[in-house]
This record gives sequence, C-alpha cells and structure tokens, in this order.
Amino acid sequence: MLSGCSRRIGTQWKRFQSTLVIAEHNNEVLSPITQNAITAAEKLGGEVSVLVAGPKCGPATEALAKAEGLSKILVAENDAFKGFTAESLTPLILKAIKQFNYTHIVAGASALGKSLLPRIAAKLDVSPISDVIAIKSPDTFIRSIYAGNALQTLTAKDKIKVLTIRGTSFEPAALEGGSVNSETLAVDGCATDLTIFIDQELSKSDRPELASAKVVVSGGRGLKSGDNFKLLYDLADKLNAAVGASRAAVDAGYVPNDLQVGQTGKIVAPDLYIAVGISGAIQHLAGMKDSKTIVAINKDPEAPIFQVADYGLVADLFKAVPELTGKL
Amino acid sequence: MARVLVGVKRVIDYAVKIRVKPDKTGVVTDGVKHSMNPFDEIAVEEAVRLKEKKIASEIIAVSCGPAQSQEVIRTALAMGVDKGIHVEVSGPDYETLQPIHVSKILAKIAQNEKADIIIVGKQAIDDDSNQTAQMTAAMLDWSQATNASKIEKGDKHLTVTREIDGGLETIKCKLPTVISADLRLNEPRYATLPNIMKAKKKPIQKTTPKDLGVDISPRIQILSVEEPPTRQAGAILPDVDALVGKLKEGGHI
Repeated sequence: MLSGCSRRIGTQWKRFQSTLVIAEHNNEVLSPITQNAITAAEKLGGEVSVLVAGPKCGPATEALAKAEGLSKILVAENDAFKGFTAESLTPLILKAIKQFNYTHIVAGASALGKSLLPRIAAKLDVSPISDVIAIKSPDTFIRSIYAGNALQTLTAKDKIKVLTIRGTSFEPAALEGGSVNSETLAVDGCATDLTIFIDQELSKSDRPELASAKVVVSGGRGLKSGDNFKLLYDLADKLNAAVGASRAAVDAGYVPNDLQVGQTGKIVAPDLYIAVGISGAIQHLAGMKDSKTIVAINKDPEAPIFQVADYGLVADLFKAVPELTGKL
Repeated sequence: MARVLVGVKRVIDYAVKIRVKPDKTGVVTDGVKHSMNPFDEIAVEEAVRLKEKKIASEIIAVSCGPAQSQEVIRTALAMGVDKGIHVEVSGPDYETLQPIHVSKILAKIAQNEKADIIIVGKQAIDDDSNQTAQMTAAMLDWSQATNASKIEKGDKHLTVTREIDGGLETIKCKLPTVISADLRLNEPRYATLPNIMKAKKKPIQKTTPKDLGVDISPRIQILSVEEPPTRQAGAILPDVDALVGKLKEGGHI
C-alpha cells in the first residue's frame, strides 16, 4: 500500500521541474553571471530558487529579492563559506537538494561554478553538463566542444541535472519588479578543514568587467610590450570598453592572466570586439567569435582573424589605434 | 614523500582544425594527429618537478581510452613518470566515456596505489568539460585545488595559487589532494631521445574499468554534433576614417 502510494507521488513529482540556482557574489555585490543563470533556469520550466551562501549574504540577497518570478531565496550566512570553497559549499547544497528535491542545479560557468558543480554532481553520482549554451528541453542541452568548433546536443539521462551555463548565451534576468521571500538554511556540517582560503589578489580596474562588457578591446603579441597596452586602455576609455588579451600577450607578461580571452580564459560575446595585433588562433576565436561585431586591426593581411572580422583594417596598430582613439 | 598520480588524455592535437562527420555523430578522428592534452602535459611536468624537489617518490600516469592511449602514457614516461596504467576503453564505450567515469577510475587507482596527490589538466581540449579533478576529489572526499598556477609544499598540506576570474587566490589544501593544472603552472619539458628510449623499458600495466569495479554505462546520449554557424566574411576597410564610419553606422559610437 505504502509503496504504491509513494510511487504515485513519485510520478507526479516527475512532471514538476524545480531548479536551484547557485548565486555568485563577493559578500558585497551579486555577480552578474547569476542573472544569466536565472534566465537559463527559467528556460527549464518550473520553480526557480536561488541559494546565497557566504560569510555575508545581505547585499546579494537584497539584490535578488527584487527579481521577478523567483520562488524563493535560500540564505546560508556563515564564516564556514569564507573563500566560497567547493569543499564547504558542497555539503550545504547536498542538504538543500535533499530537503527540496530539486531536479536541476544551475550555476554560471565562472571559476566558482566550474570548481563547485562537478564536486556536487560527483556526490550525487550524476554527470554534470558544463558550459551549456542552449536549453532545448529539461533534459536536452547544447554545448560547445573542441574550442567552439563543434556544437554537441545531448540528452542527460541522470535523475538530477547539474549544469553550468555560459553567461554570454543567456540574457541577464531583470532584478526589479518582484518580491521574493528568503528562508534561512542550516549550515551545520559545512565547516571543513580540507581547504582553507588564505587570500586573493584581484586585478583592480575601473573599466567594465570583461565577461559582461558591451565593448571589448583586446591586444595580442603585436602590442610588443606591456607599456604599449596603454594605447588600448586609451581606446577602451573612449568606448567604455573592457580590455582583454590573447594568450600570447598574457604569456609574454604584458597583462595579467585574468584578461585572457579564449578557450582557456574568458568567453566573451560583446556587441563590439576590437582585436588589435591578434592573429586569431583557434583557441582565441573560441572565446570571442560570438561577438556581434568583430573589428580586427593587424598589419598581416593573412592573419586568420580577418576571416571572422566584420571589419578589418590592415595597418600598423601603433599608427591606427591612436588615430582611431583621436577620432572617437 | 608523496606518491603522485597524473591523468593523461589522448586528444586531437590542438593545432588541428577539426571536421564534423557528415552524419553528425561526432568529429572525424581517424587519421587525425593526436597528442597529449596540453593541460595534462603541464600536470605531468609538475609531477616530475615534485619528484625532482624530492617531494614526490613515485609518479604514475593513468590514461583511459583505446589502445592508442598508450602513446600518451609513453610520452609521460619519457618526461619522467615512473610507470603507466592504461585503462582500456574503446569503441562505443569510449564515445560516451565522461569525466564521471574517469574520476571513478582515477579514485579507485589512487586508492589501490596509495597516492597522496593527483594532478590532472584543468580541462581536456576535446570535450572542454573541466570536471575530472573536482569529481575525483569528491569521490575520494579529498581537498581540491583547481586551475593551479603555483604549488608549494607545506607540512601535511599544499599551498596552491589558483587562477580565478578576477585575478589569483591562494588556498591551503590538506593532503591528500587533487589538483588541476592551469596554463601558467609551468612550461612542460620536451622528452629527449635518450629518455624516449628509456621510457620504452618502463612498465605500462593494463586494466579495464570492469577490473576496477567501475561502471561506465552512459550517462548521456549524444543526439548530434554539428558545425557552429559560420560568420559572414567581412570587409577590409581602407583607413581609420572608414572604420569610424562603420562604427557610427553600427551604433557603436
């Protein structure tokens, strides 16, 4: 009797999708990729809840409370989550899944999402799906493979779907007009000595964040030195653009690693991408070829970047870039 | 001293322009140049450096895949790894082999071999998943340090600098631990001819997921693999003025 009853409930539940989005924040502001993740979660159908965990959850929770269409915000504020380590967050999220029976767990494919979600998936014994660019149905997703040179459509057979989504493939959800209730989650059992966060060294910049900027100006080996990147900073300031770089420029030490655009760096898809002194290797194209308009400035007319550029300028960047900056 | 396990994957060489199969079941792999996943080379290099610094005692390279995976194990042996383990998976099983399966295999081997440190590349450049290190750490309940760009040995822990979105962060990982290597961790060495010859004498043990008690039944069904939309060829402009004009036209300025 009892088993028959629970089986009926089981099939009924199956029809309802319910998604938990893992919010990303730095204790002060909500990270914009969370808004993209909410949009992806809404495409799955069903209820969407968001989890805010960290030493200080107030600012992110307040921002999310104004989102439209969210069913709930779960808040877990504790020093156990200092540094947002995967080792401390995983037990928390496993408990939330157990309590609320989520069918989908979603986070942005940022450094945090990439570090955390596979750990959760392994604990659930399910196969995570990384860097999803489109959702066809609650179990069928599209993702890019081979540095964006092929698109794979797959159906996930596991009961719980654990997804990281590519931020640039989903519009950011608006954070206004709604009123979402929040609920506190118990944090017992989350403190861990496996990994201890020591410190961070963040690149300081007044410019827009690379991954979500509307305009990106990127430099490559052609810049020849870190000092010459000033030419790009000046141009970027005129365009209110973020500055990016190719791997060659990063490896040569012209700019820090976190500016790298490409398969192994950031994936960007701005309205305008200006590639300066970048040849356009496969690995770089993987990070920017979904930009709406691509401009290439390169003195080599054979550079592969011209095959994807909407507008190309075959010119010496040391002349063309200052001239362009001057004329804007 | 630590025993180190490194995961190495045989992938299509990074410089190859891949082609999608006309029947959309995958990409063409036959007759295409393959090599060790570039991030795994960095993982192997780091393991060898740990041995050179007398932090590691023995290094074992593991690769899961068809018979040709032994080639990448040989490369790892030539770089300084002590022995190889080839976990044979081929045909349709290999098509649907995913990080979840590989991480279970690595976890099992780590236990069998009493490893203290597992190092893998941060992602394979074919499936671009970036999951194996994290999942292996979870399977073993070990600490994890993904996207490592610097590793320092402490007492019962490693201090690892990680590449994160806004810069770098430093964490302390309790041993045993699982690390994934980022580009900036090191510059992998080339295998010299004498070392390639020596590597031929080093042992490669063969096993299967079944022998290890790991179920590799598919967790996904691949519906199709297609070419991404191609961009329209653009225009080469004569001068900066023309570019400014186009930017105005496009509403960018």
